[in-house]
Amino acid sequence: MIEVHNLTKAYGPRTAIADVSFDVQKGEILGFLGPNGAGKTTTMRILTGFMPPTAGTATVAGYDVFEQSLEVRKRIGYMPESVPLYPEMSVWDYLNFMAELRHLTDREDHVEHVMDAVQITDRADQLIGKLSKGFRQRVGLAQALVHDPEVLILDEPTVGLDPKQIIEVRELIKGLAGERTVILSTHILPEVQQICSRVLIINKGHIVAEDTPERLTAALQGTERVHLQLRSPTEQTAELLGRIENVLNVRPLDGGHFEVECALGMDRREEIARLAVNRDWGLLELRPVRLSLEDIFLQLTTEDSDEKIEEAVG
Amino acid sequence: MQNIWVITKRELGSYFVSPIAYAVGAAFLVLSGLFFILPFFLGSSDASLRGWMQTIVVLLLFIAPMFTMKLLAEERQTGTIELLLTSPVRDWEVVIGKFLAALGLWLAILALTLVYPIALKIFGNPDIVPLVTGYLAMVLMGAAMLAVGVLSSAVSPNQIVAVVVGFAILLVLWIAAPLQNVFGGQVGSIVAYLSLTDHMGDLMKGVVDSRDIIYYLSVVVGCLFVSTRILETRRWS
Repeated sequence: MIEVHNLTKAYGPRTAIADVSFDVQKGEILGFLGPNGAGKTTTMRILTGFMPPTAGTATVAGYDVFEQSLEVRKRIGYMPESVPLYPEMSVWDYLNFMAELRHLTDREDHVEHVMDAVQITDRADQLIGKLSKGFRQRVGLAQALVHDPEVLILDEPTVGLDPKQIIEVRELIKGLAGERTVILSTHILPEVQQICSRVLIINKGHIVAEDTPERLTAALQGTERVHLQLRSPTEQTAELLGRIENVLNVRPLDGGHFEVECALGMDRREEIARLAVNRDWGLLELRPVRLSLEDIFLQLTTEDSDEKIEEAVG
Repeated sequence: MQNIWVITKRELGSYFVSPIAYAVGAAFLVLSGLFFILPFFLGSSDASLRGWMQTIVVLLLFIAPMFTMKLLAEERQTGTIELLLTSPVRDWEVVIGKFLAALGLWLAILALTLVYPIALKIFGNPDIVPLVTGYLAMVLMGAAMLAVGVLSSAVSPNQIVAVVVGFAILLVLWIAAPLQNVFGGQVGSIVAYLSLTDHMGDLMKGVVDSRDIIYYLSVVVGCLFVSTRILETRRWS
Protein backbone atom coordinates (compact mmCIF):
# COMPACT_ATOMS: atom_id res chain seq x y z
CA MET A 1 0.00 0.00 0.00
CA ILE A 2 2.79 2.38 0.92
CA GLU A 3 6.31 1.97 -0.40
CA VAL A 4 9.15 4.22 0.60
CA HIS A 5 12.59 3.95 -0.99
CA ASN A 6 15.69 5.76 0.18
CA LEU A 7 13.78 8.84 1.21
CA THR A 8 15.96 11.78 2.18
CA LYS A 9 14.98 15.27 3.22
CA ALA A 10 17.40 18.06 4.01
CA TYR A 11 16.56 21.52 5.27
CA GLY A 12 19.59 23.40 4.10
CA PRO A 13 22.56 21.83 5.85
CA ARG A 14 20.41 19.89 8.32
CA THR A 15 19.29 16.41 7.28
CA ALA A 16 15.91 15.56 8.75
CA ILE A 17 15.71 12.04 7.37
CA ALA A 18 18.37 10.08 5.53
CA ASP A 19 17.86 7.08 3.29
CA VAL A 20 14.64 5.91 4.90
CA SER A 21 13.03 2.83 3.30
CA PHE A 22 10.06 0.82 4.45
CA ASP A 23 6.74 -0.47 3.22
CA VAL A 24 3.33 -0.89 4.74
CA GLN A 25 0.86 -3.58 3.74
CA LYS A 26 -2.84 -2.97 3.35
CA GLY A 27 -4.65 -3.18 6.67
CA GLU A 28 -1.55 -2.79 8.79
CA ILE A 29 -1.12 -0.33 11.63
CA LEU A 30 2.44 0.87 11.54
CA GLY A 31 3.81 2.66 14.56
CA PHE A 32 6.42 5.27 13.98
CA LEU A 33 8.45 5.54 17.10
CA GLY A 34 11.22 7.96 17.88
CA PRO A 35 12.33 10.79 20.09
CA ASN A 36 11.23 14.31 19.24
CA GLY A 37 12.99 15.63 16.17
CA ALA A 38 13.84 12.16 14.85
CA GLY A 39 12.13 12.77 11.52
CA LYS A 40 8.67 11.30 12.08
CA THR A 41 6.75 14.41 11.07
CA THR A 42 9.02 15.04 8.09
CA THR A 43 8.37 11.54 6.75
CA MET A 44 4.64 12.00 7.18
CA ARG A 45 4.66 15.37 5.48
CA ILE A 46 6.40 13.87 2.48
CA LEU A 47 3.89 11.02 2.31
CA THR A 48 0.96 13.44 2.43
CA GLY A 49 2.43 15.58 -0.34
CA PHE A 50 2.89 18.62 1.87
CA MET A 51 6.51 18.86 0.85
CA PRO A 52 8.72 17.10 -1.64
CA PRO A 53 11.64 14.88 -0.64
CA THR A 54 15.20 15.94 -1.41
CA ALA A 55 15.92 12.45 -2.77
CA GLY A 56 14.25 9.06 -2.95
CA THR A 57 10.73 8.03 -3.87
CA ALA A 58 7.54 7.16 -2.07
CA THR A 59 4.34 5.70 -3.46
CA VAL A 60 0.92 5.45 -1.89
CA ALA A 61 -1.54 3.01 -3.49
CA GLY A 62 0.77 2.91 -6.49
CA TYR A 63 0.91 6.68 -7.01
CA ASP A 64 4.07 8.69 -6.60
CA VAL A 65 3.70 11.22 -3.78
CA PHE A 66 5.47 13.91 -5.76
CA GLU A 67 4.54 13.24 -9.38
CA GLN A 68 0.91 12.25 -8.75
CA SER A 69 0.36 14.21 -5.60
CA LEU A 70 -3.34 14.88 -6.19
CA GLU A 71 -4.13 11.18 -6.60
CA VAL A 72 -2.25 10.42 -3.40
CA ARG A 73 -3.94 13.22 -1.48
CA LYS A 74 -7.36 11.92 -2.51
CA ARG A 75 -6.60 8.61 -0.84
CA ILE A 76 -5.06 9.89 2.37
CA GLY A 77 -6.62 11.16 5.55
CA TYR A 78 -4.14 13.19 7.55
CA MET A 79 -4.07 14.58 11.04
CA PRO A 80 -1.05 16.82 11.63
CA GLU A 81 0.51 16.92 15.08
CA SER A 82 -0.83 20.33 16.09
CA VAL A 83 -4.35 19.48 14.83
CA PRO A 84 -4.79 22.78 12.99
CA LEU A 85 -8.46 23.78 12.64
CA TYR A 86 -10.38 26.97 11.87
CA PRO A 87 -11.56 28.28 15.25
CA GLU A 88 -14.25 30.52 13.78
CA MET A 89 -16.13 27.64 12.14
CA SER A 90 -18.60 25.31 13.76
CA VAL A 91 -17.78 21.62 13.86
CA TRP A 92 -20.42 20.82 11.27
CA ASP A 93 -19.41 23.64 8.92
CA TYR A 94 -15.79 22.63 9.13
CA LEU A 95 -16.38 18.96 8.42
CA ASN A 96 -18.73 19.90 5.62
CA PHE A 97 -16.01 22.16 4.17
CA MET A 98 -13.45 19.35 4.28
CA ALA A 99 -16.00 17.02 2.68
CA GLU A 100 -16.61 19.57 -0.06
CA LEU A 101 -12.89 19.83 -0.76
CA ARG A 102 -12.97 16.06 -1.19
CA HIS A 103 -15.86 16.33 -3.69
CA LEU A 104 -18.09 14.00 -1.69
CA THR A 105 -21.57 13.83 -3.12
CA ASP A 106 -23.61 12.71 -0.12
CA ARG A 107 -21.80 15.03 2.22
CA GLU A 108 -24.42 15.14 4.93
CA ASP A 109 -24.30 11.37 5.38
CA HIS A 110 -20.52 11.32 5.50
CA VAL A 111 -20.30 14.15 8.01
CA GLU A 112 -22.96 12.68 10.26
CA HIS A 113 -21.43 9.25 10.10
CA VAL A 114 -17.97 10.47 10.98
CA MET A 115 -19.24 12.70 13.80
CA ASP A 116 -20.96 9.66 15.16
CA ALA A 117 -17.78 7.59 14.92
CA VAL A 118 -15.73 10.03 16.99
CA GLN A 119 -18.67 10.93 19.25
CA ILE A 120 -18.96 14.64 18.63
CA THR A 121 -22.51 14.68 17.26
CA ASP A 122 -23.75 16.73 20.22
CA ARG A 123 -21.10 19.38 19.53
CA ALA A 124 -22.00 19.79 15.86
CA ASP A 125 -23.04 23.44 16.14
CA GLN A 126 -20.35 24.53 18.56
CA LEU A 127 -17.51 26.73 17.34
CA ILE A 128 -14.23 24.83 17.11
CA GLY A 129 -12.45 27.62 18.97
CA LYS A 130 -14.62 26.93 22.03
CA LEU A 131 -13.92 23.20 22.15
CA SER A 132 -11.60 21.54 24.64
CA LYS A 133 -8.37 19.96 23.47
CA GLY A 134 -9.90 16.49 23.51
CA PHE A 135 -12.80 17.47 21.33
CA ARG A 136 -10.57 19.35 18.91
CA GLN A 137 -8.50 16.19 18.61
CA ARG A 138 -11.65 14.31 17.67
CA VAL A 139 -12.61 16.90 15.11
CA GLY A 140 -9.12 16.51 13.66
CA LEU A 141 -9.64 12.78 13.49
CA ALA A 142 -13.11 13.20 11.98
CA GLN A 143 -11.68 15.46 9.32
CA ALA A 144 -9.12 12.80 8.41
CA LEU A 145 -11.83 10.14 8.17
CA VAL A 146 -14.62 12.04 6.46
CA HIS A 147 -13.85 10.78 2.94
CA ASP A 148 -13.32 7.19 4.07
CA PRO A 149 -9.65 7.15 3.03
CA GLU A 150 -7.65 4.04 2.23
CA VAL A 151 -4.66 5.39 4.10
CA LEU A 152 -4.70 7.20 7.40
CA ILE A 153 -1.69 9.17 8.59
CA LEU A 154 -1.86 10.36 12.17
CA ASP A 155 0.88 12.43 13.73
CA GLU A 156 0.83 11.87 17.49
CA PRO A 157 -2.93 11.31 17.68
CA THR A 158 -3.14 11.00 21.47
CA VAL A 159 -0.86 13.80 22.58
CA GLY A 160 -2.48 16.22 25.02
CA LEU A 161 -5.47 14.04 25.86
CA ASP A 162 -6.53 12.84 29.28
CA PRO A 163 -6.15 9.12 30.04
CA LYS A 164 -9.79 8.32 29.31
CA GLN A 165 -9.69 10.10 25.97
CA ILE A 166 -6.40 8.41 25.10
CA ILE A 167 -8.00 5.02 25.57
CA GLU A 168 -10.99 6.04 23.47
CA VAL A 169 -8.84 7.34 20.63
CA ARG A 170 -6.71 4.21 20.72
CA GLU A 171 -9.78 2.00 20.56
CA LEU A 172 -11.04 4.08 17.65
CA ILE A 173 -7.80 3.69 15.74
CA LYS A 174 -7.68 -0.03 16.47
CA GLY A 175 -11.20 -0.32 15.13
CA LEU A 176 -10.13 1.26 11.87
CA ALA A 177 -7.53 -1.38 11.10
CA GLY A 178 -8.25 -4.08 8.60
CA GLU A 179 -9.97 -2.04 5.95
CA ARG A 180 -7.60 0.89 6.23
CA THR A 181 -3.86 1.22 6.34
CA VAL A 182 -2.71 3.35 9.23
CA ILE A 183 0.59 5.03 9.99
CA LEU A 184 0.79 6.73 13.33
CA SER A 185 3.66 8.40 15.06
CA THR A 186 4.16 8.55 18.75
CA HIS A 187 6.77 8.70 21.42
CA ILE A 188 4.54 6.92 23.88
CA LEU A 189 5.75 3.35 23.98
CA PRO A 190 2.80 1.48 25.49
CA GLU A 191 0.68 2.97 22.73
CA VAL A 192 2.72 1.16 20.12
CA GLN A 193 2.57 -2.09 22.04
CA GLN A 194 -1.19 -1.80 22.32
CA ILE A 195 -2.28 -0.84 18.84
CA CYS A 196 0.44 -1.35 16.26
CA SER A 197 1.00 -4.50 14.29
CA ARG A 198 4.48 -3.33 13.35
CA VAL A 199 6.94 -0.85 14.76
CA LEU A 200 9.51 1.28 13.08
CA ILE A 201 11.98 2.96 15.36
CA ILE A 202 13.53 6.05 13.88
CA ASN A 203 16.34 8.04 15.38
CA LYS A 204 18.25 11.02 14.00
CA GLY A 205 16.66 10.51 10.60
CA HIS A 206 17.58 6.83 10.31
CA ILE A 207 15.52 3.71 10.81
CA VAL A 208 17.19 1.79 13.60
CA ALA A 209 14.74 -1.09 13.99
CA GLU A 210 11.69 -2.52 12.30
CA ASP A 211 9.58 -5.48 13.42
CA THR A 212 6.52 -6.51 15.38
CA PRO A 213 6.55 -5.28 18.98
CA GLU A 214 6.86 -8.88 20.27
CA ARG A 215 9.72 -9.89 18.01
CA LEU A 216 11.62 -6.69 18.71
CA THR A 217 11.37 -7.43 22.39
CA ALA A 218 12.58 -11.00 22.00
CA ALA A 219 15.37 -10.27 19.56
CA LEU A 220 16.98 -7.62 21.66
CA GLN A 221 16.85 -9.48 24.89
CA GLY A 222 19.41 -12.15 23.95
CA THR A 223 18.78 -14.29 27.08
CA GLU A 224 15.80 -15.44 29.09
CA ARG A 225 15.66 -13.86 32.49
CA VAL A 226 13.76 -15.02 35.53
CA HIS A 227 13.10 -12.94 38.56
CA LEU A 228 13.01 -14.79 41.87
CA GLN A 229 12.10 -13.74 45.38
CA LEU A 230 12.83 -15.94 48.40
CA ARG A 231 11.93 -15.38 52.02
CA SER A 232 14.94 -17.11 53.54
CA PRO A 233 17.79 -17.62 51.10
CA THR A 234 21.03 -19.08 52.40
CA GLU A 235 24.58 -18.21 51.41
CA GLN A 236 24.67 -21.16 49.05
CA THR A 237 21.54 -20.14 47.18
CA ALA A 238 23.26 -18.29 44.38
CA GLU A 239 25.77 -21.05 43.89
CA LEU A 240 23.14 -23.79 43.85
CA LEU A 241 20.98 -21.89 41.40
CA GLY A 242 24.00 -21.46 39.15
CA ARG A 243 24.44 -25.23 38.98
CA ILE A 244 21.11 -25.76 37.26
CA GLU A 245 21.59 -26.76 33.65
CA ASN A 246 21.59 -23.88 31.13
CA VAL A 247 21.65 -21.20 33.79
CA LEU A 248 24.27 -18.73 32.70
CA ASN A 249 24.37 -16.26 35.50
CA VAL A 250 22.76 -15.57 38.88
CA ARG A 251 22.63 -12.06 40.20
CA PRO A 252 21.66 -11.69 43.87
CA LEU A 253 19.74 -8.51 44.59
CA ASP A 254 18.65 -6.97 47.89
CA GLY A 255 15.92 -8.44 50.10
CA GLY A 256 16.01 -12.01 48.85
CA HIS A 257 15.58 -11.08 45.19
CA PHE A 258 17.58 -12.87 42.51
CA GLU A 259 17.80 -12.48 38.79
CA VAL A 260 18.60 -15.70 36.99
CA GLU A 261 19.77 -15.58 33.40
CA CYS A 262 19.19 -18.64 31.23
CA ALA A 263 20.20 -19.47 27.68
CA LEU A 264 17.74 -18.27 25.04
CA GLY A 265 14.83 -20.67 24.64
CA MET A 266 15.66 -22.47 27.87
CA ASP A 267 13.01 -21.85 30.46
CA ARG A 268 14.32 -23.15 33.79
CA ARG A 269 11.52 -21.96 36.02
CA GLU A 270 10.40 -25.47 36.93
CA GLU A 271 13.85 -26.52 38.11
CA ILE A 272 14.29 -23.29 40.02
CA ALA A 273 10.97 -23.76 41.77
CA ARG A 274 11.72 -27.40 42.65
CA LEU A 275 15.09 -26.45 44.06
CA ALA A 276 13.61 -23.63 46.13
CA VAL A 277 10.95 -25.90 47.57
CA ASN A 278 13.36 -28.76 48.30
CA ARG A 279 15.74 -26.46 50.11
CA ASP A 280 12.92 -24.71 51.95
CA TRP A 281 13.96 -21.23 50.89
CA GLY A 282 10.40 -19.92 51.05
CA LEU A 283 9.53 -19.21 47.42
CA LEU A 284 7.54 -15.99 47.23
CA GLU A 285 7.73 -14.99 43.61
CA LEU A 286 8.95 -16.40 40.31
CA ARG A 287 8.36 -14.57 37.05
CA PRO A 288 9.98 -14.14 33.66
CA VAL A 289 11.52 -10.74 32.97
CA ARG A 290 10.82 -9.28 29.57
CA LEU A 291 12.53 -6.27 28.19
CA SER A 292 9.87 -3.65 27.61
CA LEU A 293 9.75 -1.72 24.41
CA GLU A 294 10.91 1.16 26.51
CA ASP A 295 14.21 -0.56 27.28
CA ILE A 296 14.69 -1.41 23.62
CA PHE A 297 13.91 2.07 22.57
CA LEU A 298 16.45 3.55 24.93
CA GLN A 299 18.98 0.92 23.92
CA LEU A 300 18.58 1.76 20.25
CA THR A 301 18.34 5.50 20.39
CA THR A 302 20.96 6.35 22.97
CA GLU A 303 24.14 4.41 22.31
CA ASP A 304 26.38 7.32 23.14
CA SER A 305 24.40 9.03 25.85
CA ASP A 306 23.26 6.02 27.89
CA GLU A 307 24.33 7.40 31.21
CA LYS A 308 22.69 10.74 30.75
CA ILE A 309 19.38 9.15 29.94
CA GLU A 310 19.60 6.78 32.88
CA GLU A 311 20.21 9.69 35.16
CA ALA A 312 17.28 11.56 33.72
CA VAL A 313 14.90 8.61 33.83
CA GLY A 314 16.01 6.88 37.00
CA MET B 1 -13.63 25.38 -10.51
CA GLN B 2 -15.53 23.64 -7.73
CA ASN B 3 -12.51 23.80 -5.45
CA ILE B 4 -12.11 27.54 -5.98
CA TRP B 5 -15.73 28.11 -5.06
CA VAL B 6 -15.47 25.93 -1.95
CA ILE B 7 -12.49 27.95 -0.74
CA THR B 8 -14.06 31.31 -1.64
CA LYS B 9 -17.21 30.35 0.22
CA ARG B 10 -15.31 29.42 3.36
CA GLU B 11 -13.25 32.62 3.31
CA LEU B 12 -16.33 34.77 2.79
CA GLY B 13 -18.01 32.99 5.67
CA SER B 14 -15.05 33.65 7.91
CA TYR B 15 -15.04 37.34 6.87
CA PHE B 16 -18.60 37.66 8.03
CA VAL B 17 -17.81 36.35 11.48
CA SER B 18 -14.60 38.35 11.76
CA PRO B 19 -14.61 41.58 13.77
CA ILE B 20 -11.83 42.97 11.59
CA ALA B 21 -13.94 42.85 8.44
CA TYR B 22 -16.82 44.58 10.20
CA ALA B 23 -14.64 47.24 11.82
CA VAL B 24 -12.77 48.03 8.63
CA GLY B 25 -15.93 47.93 6.54
CA ALA B 26 -17.80 50.20 8.95
CA ALA B 27 -14.92 52.69 9.12
CA PHE B 28 -14.77 52.73 5.37
CA LEU B 29 -18.48 53.37 4.99
CA VAL B 30 -18.47 56.19 7.57
CA LEU B 31 -15.53 57.88 5.89
CA SER B 32 -16.92 57.44 2.40
CA GLY B 33 -20.20 58.99 3.60
CA LEU B 34 -18.35 61.94 5.06
CA PHE B 35 -16.38 62.48 1.88
CA PHE B 36 -19.58 62.36 -0.11
CA ILE B 37 -21.46 64.88 1.97
CA LEU B 38 -18.67 67.31 2.88
CA PRO B 39 -18.32 69.03 -0.51
CA PHE B 40 -21.99 69.99 -0.42
CA PHE B 41 -21.54 71.74 2.91
CA LEU B 42 -18.53 73.48 1.44
CA GLY B 43 -20.72 74.94 -1.29
CA SER B 44 -20.16 72.51 -4.12
CA SER B 45 -23.01 72.03 -6.55
CA ASP B 46 -21.17 69.56 -8.74
CA ALA B 47 -23.32 66.53 -9.65
CA SER B 48 -20.27 64.30 -10.07
CA LEU B 49 -18.50 61.68 -7.99
CA ARG B 50 -15.00 62.10 -9.44
CA GLY B 51 -13.52 63.77 -6.39
CA TRP B 52 -15.25 61.31 -4.13
CA MET B 53 -13.95 58.32 -6.09
CA GLN B 54 -10.41 59.63 -5.93
CA THR B 55 -10.69 59.79 -2.15
CA ILE B 56 -12.19 56.33 -1.98
CA VAL B 57 -9.23 54.73 -3.71
CA VAL B 58 -6.96 56.41 -1.16
CA LEU B 59 -8.97 54.68 1.57
CA LEU B 60 -8.57 51.46 -0.40
CA LEU B 61 -4.83 51.82 -0.02
CA PHE B 62 -5.29 51.21 3.70
CA ILE B 63 -8.11 48.70 3.75
CA ALA B 64 -6.97 46.37 0.95
CA PRO B 65 -4.00 44.97 2.93
CA MET B 66 -6.25 44.60 5.98
CA PHE B 67 -8.75 42.54 4.03
CA THR B 68 -6.08 40.25 2.61
CA MET B 69 -3.65 39.97 5.51
CA LYS B 70 -5.17 36.84 7.01
CA LEU B 71 -5.72 34.95 3.76
CA LEU B 72 -2.46 33.00 3.65
CA ALA B 73 -0.42 34.37 6.56
CA GLU B 74 -2.96 33.25 9.16
CA GLU B 75 -3.23 29.78 7.66
CA ARG B 76 0.51 29.48 7.87
CA GLN B 77 0.65 30.83 11.40
CA THR B 78 -1.98 28.45 12.73
CA GLY B 79 -0.84 25.52 10.60
CA THR B 80 -4.19 25.05 8.88
CA ILE B 81 -2.33 25.47 5.59
CA GLU B 82 -0.95 21.98 6.10
CA LEU B 83 -4.40 20.44 5.89
CA LEU B 84 -5.45 22.70 3.04
CA LEU B 85 -2.41 21.86 0.94
CA THR B 86 -2.63 18.15 1.67
CA SER B 87 -6.25 17.99 0.55
CA PRO B 88 -6.77 17.35 -3.16
CA VAL B 89 -6.73 20.98 -4.29
CA ARG B 90 -4.15 22.66 -6.47
CA ASP B 91 -2.15 25.55 -5.07
CA TRP B 92 -3.48 28.02 -7.64
CA GLU B 93 -7.02 27.07 -6.73
CA VAL B 94 -6.28 28.03 -3.14
CA VAL B 95 -4.78 31.38 -4.17
CA ILE B 96 -7.57 32.29 -6.58
CA GLY B 97 -10.27 31.14 -4.19
CA LYS B 98 -8.91 33.36 -1.46
CA PHE B 99 -8.43 36.32 -3.77
CA LEU B 100 -12.02 36.02 -4.98
CA ALA B 101 -13.27 36.08 -1.40
CA ALA B 102 -11.45 39.36 -0.72
CA LEU B 103 -12.76 40.74 -4.00
CA GLY B 104 -16.26 39.64 -3.05
CA LEU B 105 -15.99 41.53 0.21
CA TRP B 106 -14.83 44.64 -1.64
CA LEU B 107 -17.71 44.34 -4.13
CA ALA B 108 -20.19 43.98 -1.28
CA ILE B 109 -18.91 47.14 0.38
CA LEU B 110 -18.82 48.97 -2.94
CA ALA B 111 -22.41 47.93 -3.55
CA LEU B 112 -23.40 49.68 -0.32
CA THR B 113 -21.92 52.95 -1.63
CA LEU B 114 -24.27 52.81 -4.62
CA VAL B 115 -26.65 54.97 -2.57
CA TYR B 116 -24.46 57.98 -3.43
CA PRO B 117 -24.80 57.86 -7.21
CA ILE B 118 -28.50 57.03 -6.72
CA ALA B 119 -28.90 60.09 -4.49
CA LEU B 120 -27.06 62.11 -7.09
CA LYS B 121 -29.45 60.90 -9.77
CA ILE B 122 -32.51 61.73 -7.67
CA PHE B 123 -31.43 65.20 -6.64
CA GLY B 124 -29.32 66.23 -9.61
CA ASN B 125 -28.57 65.47 -13.18
CA PRO B 126 -25.23 63.63 -13.23
CA ASP B 127 -23.44 62.34 -16.29
CA ILE B 128 -24.07 58.57 -16.19
CA VAL B 129 -21.07 57.36 -18.20
CA PRO B 130 -18.31 58.58 -15.82
CA LEU B 131 -20.28 57.16 -12.90
CA VAL B 132 -20.33 53.71 -14.51
CA THR B 133 -16.70 53.77 -15.63
CA GLY B 134 -15.72 55.30 -12.29
CA TYR B 135 -17.20 52.30 -10.52
CA LEU B 136 -15.40 50.05 -13.00
CA ALA B 137 -12.18 51.86 -12.06
CA MET B 138 -12.84 51.26 -8.36
CA VAL B 139 -13.51 47.58 -8.98
CA LEU B 140 -10.33 47.18 -11.04
CA MET B 141 -8.24 49.23 -8.65
CA GLY B 142 -9.61 47.18 -5.77
CA ALA B 143 -8.82 43.92 -7.56
CA ALA B 144 -5.24 45.02 -8.24
CA MET B 145 -4.67 46.19 -4.67
CA LEU B 146 -6.18 43.05 -3.18
CA ALA B 147 -3.95 40.92 -5.42
CA VAL B 148 -0.95 42.82 -4.07
CA GLY B 149 -2.34 42.10 -0.60
CA VAL B 150 -2.63 38.37 -1.37
CA LEU B 151 0.98 38.39 -2.48
CA SER B 152 2.15 40.08 0.71
CA SER B 153 0.10 37.63 2.75
CA ALA B 154 1.83 34.81 0.88
CA VAL B 155 5.32 36.05 1.70
CA SER B 156 4.67 37.02 5.32
CA PRO B 157 4.99 34.81 8.38
CA ASN B 158 2.10 36.53 10.15
CA GLN B 159 -0.76 38.98 9.64
CA ILE B 160 0.98 42.06 11.01
CA VAL B 161 3.91 41.64 8.67
CA ALA B 162 1.48 40.98 5.83
CA VAL B 163 -0.36 44.24 6.36
CA VAL B 164 2.88 46.24 6.58
CA VAL B 165 4.40 44.61 3.50
CA GLY B 166 1.17 45.05 1.55
CA PHE B 167 0.86 48.68 2.50
CA ALA B 168 4.49 49.35 1.61
CA ILE B 169 4.17 47.81 -1.86
CA LEU B 170 0.94 49.69 -2.55
CA LEU B 171 2.46 52.97 -1.39
CA VAL B 172 5.40 52.56 -3.75
CA LEU B 173 3.05 51.83 -6.64
CA TRP B 174 0.94 54.78 -5.55
CA ILE B 175 3.71 57.36 -5.62
CA ALA B 176 5.21 55.95 -8.81
CA ALA B 177 3.55 58.70 -10.86
CA PRO B 178 5.47 61.63 -9.37
CA LEU B 179 8.61 59.51 -9.37
CA GLN B 180 8.72 59.40 -13.15
CA ASN B 181 10.11 62.92 -13.22
CA VAL B 182 12.91 61.85 -10.90
CA PHE B 183 14.08 59.18 -13.32
CA GLY B 184 13.07 60.73 -16.62
CA GLY B 185 13.39 59.15 -20.08
CA GLN B 186 12.84 55.42 -20.59
CA VAL B 187 13.01 54.49 -16.91
CA GLY B 188 10.61 57.29 -16.09
CA SER B 189 8.01 55.98 -18.51
CA ILE B 190 8.32 52.45 -17.13
CA VAL B 191 7.86 53.78 -13.62
CA ALA B 192 4.90 55.80 -14.81
CA TYR B 193 3.37 52.70 -16.38
CA LEU B 194 3.58 50.86 -13.07
CA SER B 195 1.75 53.64 -11.27
CA LEU B 196 -1.59 52.54 -9.87
CA THR B 197 -3.03 56.05 -9.99
CA ASP B 198 -2.09 56.94 -13.58
CA HIS B 199 -4.39 54.27 -14.92
CA MET B 200 -7.61 55.39 -13.29
CA GLY B 201 -7.74 59.04 -14.41
CA ASP B 202 -9.21 58.33 -17.84
CA LEU B 203 -11.67 55.76 -16.51
CA MET B 204 -13.01 58.22 -14.00
CA LYS B 205 -13.50 60.77 -16.73
CA GLY B 206 -15.57 58.24 -18.64
CA VAL B 207 -12.89 57.13 -21.09
CA VAL B 208 -12.36 53.39 -21.31
CA ASP B 209 -8.88 52.61 -22.56
CA SER B 210 -8.04 48.91 -22.94
CA ARG B 211 -4.47 49.66 -21.82
CA ASP B 212 -5.70 50.66 -18.38
CA ILE B 213 -7.86 47.59 -18.05
CA ILE B 214 -4.99 45.39 -19.19
CA TYR B 215 -2.73 47.08 -16.65
CA TYR B 216 -5.00 46.27 -13.72
CA LEU B 217 -5.69 42.75 -14.89
CA SER B 218 -1.99 42.06 -15.38
CA VAL B 219 -1.27 43.26 -11.83
CA VAL B 220 -3.88 40.77 -10.61
CA VAL B 221 -2.58 37.89 -12.71
CA GLY B 222 1.06 38.67 -11.92
CA CYS B 223 0.54 38.89 -8.16
CA LEU B 224 -1.57 35.74 -8.00
CA PHE B 225 0.94 33.85 -10.12
CA VAL B 226 3.84 34.81 -7.87
CA SER B 227 1.75 33.99 -4.78
CA THR B 228 1.13 30.51 -6.16
CA ARG B 229 4.83 29.97 -6.79
CA ILE B 230 5.61 31.10 -3.25
CA LEU B 231 3.02 28.69 -1.89
CA GLU B 232 4.64 25.93 -3.90
CA THR B 233 8.02 26.39 -2.31
CA ARG B 234 6.63 25.11 1.00
CA ARG B 235 9.87 25.44 2.75
CA TRP B 236 8.36 26.48 6.02
CA SER B 237 8.19 23.85 8.67
